Amino acid sequence: MARIRNGRSEPSRLAVRGLTLVGVILLWYVATSVTQTIPPVYFPTPAEVLQALRQISLQGYADGRLQQHFFHSCWLVLLGFAAAVVIGVPLGMLMGWSRRAEAFINPTFLLLRPIPPLAWIPLAIVWLGLGDAAKVLVIWFAAFVPAVINSYAGVRSIEPYLIEAARSLGVRGPMLVREVLFPGALPLIFTGLRLSLQACWTTLVAGELIGAIVGLGHVLYQAGLDLFPAMIVVGMIGVAIGGGLMTAALGWLETRAMPWHRR
Amino acid sequence: MNAQKALTRREWLFLTCAGAVAFFGIWALASLAGLTSRQFLPPPWTVAEKFVELTYQPFSGATLQKHLLSSFARFGMGFALAVIIGVPMGLLLGWFRWADAIVSPLFDALRFVAPIAWVPFAALWFGTGIGGPVLIIFTGAFPPCVINAHRGARYVDRTLIEAAQTLGARHWQIITEVLLPASVPSIVAGLRVSAGLGWQSLVGAELIVASSGIGYVLVKGQASISTSIVMSGMIAIGIVGFAIDALLRRMEVRLRRRRGDAR
Repeated sequence: MARIRNGRSEPSRLAVRGLTLVGVILLWYVATSVTQTIPPVYFPTPAEVLQALRQISLQGYADGRLQQHFFHSCWLVLLGFAAAVVIGVPLGMLMGWSRRAEAFINPTFLLLRPIPPLAWIPLAIVWLGLGDAAKVLVIWFAAFVPAVINSYAGVRSIEPYLIEAARSLGVRGPMLVREVLFPGALPLIFTGLRLSLQACWTTLVAGELIGAIVGLGHVLYQAGLDLFPAMIVVGMIGVAIGGGLMTAALGWLETRAMPWHRR
Repeated sequence: MNAQKALTRREWLFLTCAGAVAFFGIWALASLAGLTSRQFLPPPWTVAEKFVELTYQPFSGATLQKHLLSSFARFGMGFALAVIIGVPMGLLLGWFRWADAIVSPLFDALRFVAPIAWVPFAALWFGTGIGGPVLIIFTGAFPPCVINAHRGARYVDRTLIEAAQTLGARHWQIITEVLLPASVPSIVAGLRVSAGLGWQSLVGAELIVASSGIGYVLVKGQASISTSIVMSGMIAIGIVGFAIDALLRRMEVRLRRRRGDAR
């Protein structure tokens, strides 16, 4: 059965959203600043958060300004993510296309897949130290598995008759990949990339919490040590905005890459 | 299914075995070739030995099983909390449109914050013993519970709801007698995702804040630059994660089969 829409129009939906956010901020203000139901030691007041935001953007905190932390984190995610896409998508497509490749590569996957990406962090630190290389390695791994699995499923989801039709028209080799396999697998590939991106952010934050010199996770870590709740909130907002922006960018790319496919 | 012919059973078995041998073979060769010291990359059998040794010789306060047990207890608590709060919340949001309009924007905004980013607050509010890690597991496991229960409730056959309404069912009755049973498949699928994310969050939490548990084994192994201990811990994490997933998948399959019969 189709889902019944409640005839509410888009603008009023937006209005409800806006009102809710305003309401929550008001509630936050009242609970922390006016009635002090929530003691400021546990959760900061809005004014404190603004103050912390000003401090980190102008003077800097945890060895850097907000912009530096933010862009550093985004950069690491981008590096790991891009590497995972470049290696994972072709590998997954190969596994989807060739049963032989699948049978050969699958054992490695079965062995590595149950280990969550975060559990690779200590190993990466032993191997590569506390620098950026260790983080990129773990981020790469976090994004790699979903990228491979979904590219694999994407190729498998292509209707066989499409491939047959292309073949009977003489389409072979790279052209088959470019014209049939890749576009056919693209919807699922993008599903995988969205999952990958989420995993990347989680991994980045964990990696930076465990040991880093700059980055949003490092801000969180330092703020936790200093018992500085307002700065923790700033760090969390930074993480949310970074993740949100990158997800939005991926969504934009998705509509550009697949104009024929509407979600 | 695909343009490629399926492999014969013998071919498949051969390639799979070859793949597994290749994985361990490359690992062993890389270790024996002397590119890095044995401490950084021990061969598979050294790791296996270490794994067995850890099960009877206490490392950083307990044997591997005991560490796993304390991790599992934390995981159980966080996961149970997520299910107990998340599933009813999802059903309520699926039924009451006004609640959905208020809560969903907040929920979406909060979801962008990676669960691991809650670590500083978790430590500040609940300490690093049990409460802190449980909160982090909860933040990891909570969203899929809510989302899947919500989706399940939304896609319930409209006629069922209307039938219940004509028979005079109240809100509460519709939720427990119609929405809940109808959305069980979706909920169980959500539980699997939720358990996976929860287990991964547990590892992250223990890497950062805990002083016992399997994540702590990794941290200690890393501190003493013992790759074989780190790898043993990763294997243990993988095994438990795999077992949890297998258990829930079995539940899912059994449930689906029973429902298929019932219809």
